[in-house]
Amino acid sequence: MDKQIYTPITSEVTAQLHAGDYVYLSGRLYVARDAAHKRLTEALERGEELPIDLKDATIYYMGPSPAREGRPIGSAGPTTASRMDKYAPRLMDLGQKAMIGKGKRTPEVIDAIVRNQGVYFAAIGGAGALLSKCIKKSKLICYGDLGAEALLEIEVENLPVIVVVDREGNNLYETALEAYRS
Amino acid sequence: MMRTISSEEITKNIKEMCIEACHFLTKDMDAALKQAQTSEQSPIGKKILGQLQENLTVAGEEMIPICQDTGMAVVFLEIGQEVHVEGASIEDAVNEGVRQGYSEGFLRKSVVGDPILRENTKDNTPAVIHYSLVPGDRMKITVAPKGFGSENMSRIFMLKPADGLEGVKNAILTAVRDAGPNACPPMVVGVGIGGTFEKSAILAKQALTREIGSVSPLPHIQELEAEMLRKVNCLGIGPGGLGGTTTALAVHINTYPTHIAGLPVAVNICCHVNRHAVREL
Repeated sequence: MDKQIYTPITSEVTAQLHAGDYVYLSGRLYVARDAAHKRLTEALERGEELPIDLKDATIYYMGPSPAREGRPIGSAGPTTASRMDKYAPRLMDLGQKAMIGKGKRTPEVIDAIVRNQGVYFAAIGGAGALLSKCIKKSKLICYGDLGAEALLEIEVENLPVIVVVDREGNNLYETALEAYRS
Repeated sequence: MMRTISSEEITKNIKEMCIEACHFLTKDMDAALKQAQTSEQSPIGKKILGQLQENLTVAGEEMIPICQDTGMAVVFLEIGQEVHVEGASIEDAVNEGVRQGYSEGFLRKSVVGDPILRENTKDNTPAVIHYSLVPGDRMKITVAPKGFGSENMSRIFMLKPADGLEGVKNAILTAVRDAGPNACPPMVVGVGIGGTFEKSAILAKQALTREIGSVSPLPHIQELEAEMLRKVNCLGIGPGGLGGTTTALAVHINTYPTHIAGLPVAVNICCHVNRHAVREL
């Protein structure tokens, strides 16, 4: 079923989302991938305050290509989420609600989704040019020295994503295959 | 007679080919993706394949890379024995081309200089270069920027002769099944069978640069390619891994003689953005 939702993605929003839903997402979200997650986790280890507010936050696992002049961002599709599996449960426990990426997650991440009434969306892998058209603004938050791996805040309009793991723990990657396996 | 090619000419071509490959798929890839859209059985799979078509249109018209992961530059050089390169070393000429292409083409710099220390080299160098010497006075260049979503899902299986053909089939299916949604299906599956540990991997990488729909010259391998494509597409993974009948667009298998004690099988998986540009100087 197609749905329109807006950030912040709260528990009220995730209550309406089910594995398999096709969702158009609008609003502000963070962009971070491997190296930024490592730095966020290291900051937590040192007891420092994080540079972003995790409450009801959505993190898009993505590292864009450079923007041409006059454009907010370059190509901007999802990266493989499993590389963030080591870091995600801790951030979810601190308030993050939603993740956007592509690919399988570990049982630990799925548990963290259920425990925190979160959600994991997949965006279309390898459709970075098309998805970049949904990004209206982009702002560097921190870790600029990481280049493509810097932590950004972006504003999206109708970013197409699919609910893969919902807060009940249903996993579309497992169920969807059954229908076409032969 | 030796023919001279200047290092500047190599650099200029590599630069253009990096930019071209990251914005335009080759005709055979394009045709295979269009064909998949008609044959795909799942509604969501069809929808995703439609969006991949739109993505290619936007990429070409607005010069936005097809995928943000513009890869590590893999370069195959088939150098004629009668070619003399003048100027910089071939390696420097290739890397300079990558440097210029990734900067001028607004491509993502995705290479770290040391795998442990992980500091970005900021110009996507160095490339991974495979050289071969061939008869003649030409130089054939293939630039294949390789994304790591699918590279990470690639595998090498050091099978034993007793594992036989069944073992090879299982290895391919295991690699594709494990890759699933992570490798951005529909994928192209490059398989290398035989040789040594590293030879099988290079064969698999070369298999990815073959034209989609091309078949092995060996009848028994041609049969295996067709059977594996059928079986891979029965796994149910589908476009985006969200279920469907198009998990792979092609299975290409390259082979080489091997040792009496061994049966290496390398499976190099590429996403639907199976990029390469080919030129002959």
